[in-house]
Amino acid sequence: MSQKVLMKGNEALAEAALRCGCLYFFGYPITPQSEVSEYMAKRLPQAGGLCLQAESEVAAINMVLGAAAAGVRAMTSSSSPGISLMSEGISYLVGSDLPCLICNIQRGGPGLGGIQPTQQDYLQATKAPGHGDMHLYVVAPASVQEMAGLVARAFDVADTYRTPALLLADGALGQMMEPVDFDAALSVRRDLPEKSWATTGHGGKRKKNIVNSLYLSPEALERSVLSRQERYREIERTEVLCEETDTADAEIILVAYGISARICRSALEAARAMGIRAGLLRPITLWPYPRAALLRAAGHAKHFLVVELNIGQMVDDVRVATQCHRPVSFFGRCGGMLPTPEDVLAEIVKIHESIREEGA
Amino acid sequence: MVVFERPRSLSPLPFHYCPGCTHGTVHRLVAEAIDALEIERRTVGIAPVGCAVLAYDYFECDMVEAPHGRAPAVATGVKRTRPDCIVFTYQGDGDLAAIGTAEIVHAGARGENITIIFINNAVYGMTGGQMAPTTLPGQITTTSPYGRNVKTQGYPIRICELLSTLDGVAYAERVAVSNPKNVLRAKAAIEKAFRYQTEGRGLSIVEVLSSCPTNWGMTPVEALRWVEEAMIPCYPLDVFKDTGAKGGMNK
Repeated sequence: MSQKVLMKGNEALAEAALRCGCLYFFGYPITPQSEVSEYMAKRLPQAGGLCLQAESEVAAINMVLGAAAAGVRAMTSSSSPGISLMSEGISYLVGSDLPCLICNIQRGGPGLGGIQPTQQDYLQATKAPGHGDMHLYVVAPASVQEMAGLVARAFDVADTYRTPALLLADGALGQMMEPVDFDAALSVRRDLPEKSWATTGHGGKRKKNIVNSLYLSPEALERSVLSRQERYREIERTEVLCEETDTADAEIILVAYGISARICRSALEAARAMGIRAGLLRPITLWPYPRAALLRAAGHAKHFLVVELNIGQMVDDVRVATQCHRPVSFFGRCGGMLPTPEDVLAEIVKIHESIREEGA
Repeated sequence: MVVFERPRSLSPLPFHYCPGCTHGTVHRLVAEAIDALEIERRTVGIAPVGCAVLAYDYFECDMVEAPHGRAPAVATGVKRTRPDCIVFTYQGDGDLAAIGTAEIVHAGARGENITIIFINNAVYGMTGGQMAPTTLPGQITTTSPYGRNVKTQGYPIRICELLSTLDGVAYAERVAVSNPKNVLRAKAAIEKAFRYQTEGRGLSIVEVLSSCPTNWGMTPVEALRWVEEAMIPCYPLDVFKDTGAKGGMNK
């Protein structure tokens, strides 16, 4: 029988990873994700695994690279400044086609910024997580339950397509406590390909394996990049996730992910109570982006409102996805400030009034 | 009767190294050590960024190509998840003693049970002979065209001496491949560095003073002479730590 336990988001993601067979964690302390390493430091040795505190995020991501090359499920977690330091290793992981999980429990920036929750790393996560023509599979949970479920999915997608996956959450989700049902979260499992490419010692039984991202011939490098792009197209076809709430008849569609979507949900209920036909489209995968769902919504909605804890990093993705058919507004706070549902409702009301005036 | 043949662990590919470069010699010594200990089936090598970046093509064992300087961290990831593997890194002085200083020091501090082959030729080779942390005082390179000025460009780093202070380091020896006698000493040191890993002793490092005739602007013979006359006085050949020696020798 499934059972619900009350956990912090950071702990739930760690427990979910362990239950998915990830026995190797490499990290460096940073607020607000420290519970992930602390949880792993306690649990992994009991499970026959290893939690290793590296000398830096740079070293941690390269330990993940070594572990992934050796064919095991491995992960790291960090927060914004630490993820910047990891971007070199992330690019090498992509170039070497190595699966792993990276968690970014975002905080404020730029620079040392602050330790309060933000969504300021959206562009970094979805557009340029490292140098080169590359993407990560990026998931954005909006609850503790989803933190657990998306860890499982991210590992499976990573192993299926030989790509690193990134779980993009924020300090609020990492710190908040909610009930989580691991059996439900981890119920969907896939048949995964053998890691016949792993560097484990050839044992005299096969040709040697080389894990490498260097191609001195431009022709060979182009072939490698294009073959990865084919896998990206396949991920775009099959691995997109989004959740729509009350969008079917909505005039105003809010677009928000993660903790912002939680705030929007409250604002949405209040707007509906006022008779405003508002809806919420919540991207769950940030890459690949739910473009088809947005384009569909643009068929009937009159206005899109993007809500984020940053200065509007996702707005262009909504414009592109909706092919600029409808106006796209933005509302957000940054620096660790959170908008209230009332703040979002006020924006919805403003847009509603402008639509009425245009209609009049 | 065969008196000389290619080690099993060395691939038949021709090396890309410049004429007179000693990387080929050291590659052979590494392969001979792997053969002697009969560990090639479970060995994983970590290649650096630098002249030896293509080392993954030259050894007949599984290989991982690491980002610049990060080989000890990558080796940690392999060794800790596959403890039965024998894991070695092969790194140059820019890779290990500049950009990767943190990784090698902390791998040593953790006592990672891995083997480090460290090539010191006093310059960045692949990028065209720039000043390295190991460049000698007064040495002319493309980025120290007036000679390395220690007042503004710092002093050479002696990696073996530095690492020998760490409790997790089992073995640190500096050798040179400048003449047959020194090559034989290097061979013994490299084999010991692998053997210590099979015995679970901790991190072993062999620093190999090597020649770079192309970037030094010398003939191969002049370059080997320069290793002996200019490099060895700055980087003395010695065993700086050996936990397997009688009484656990540490200089």
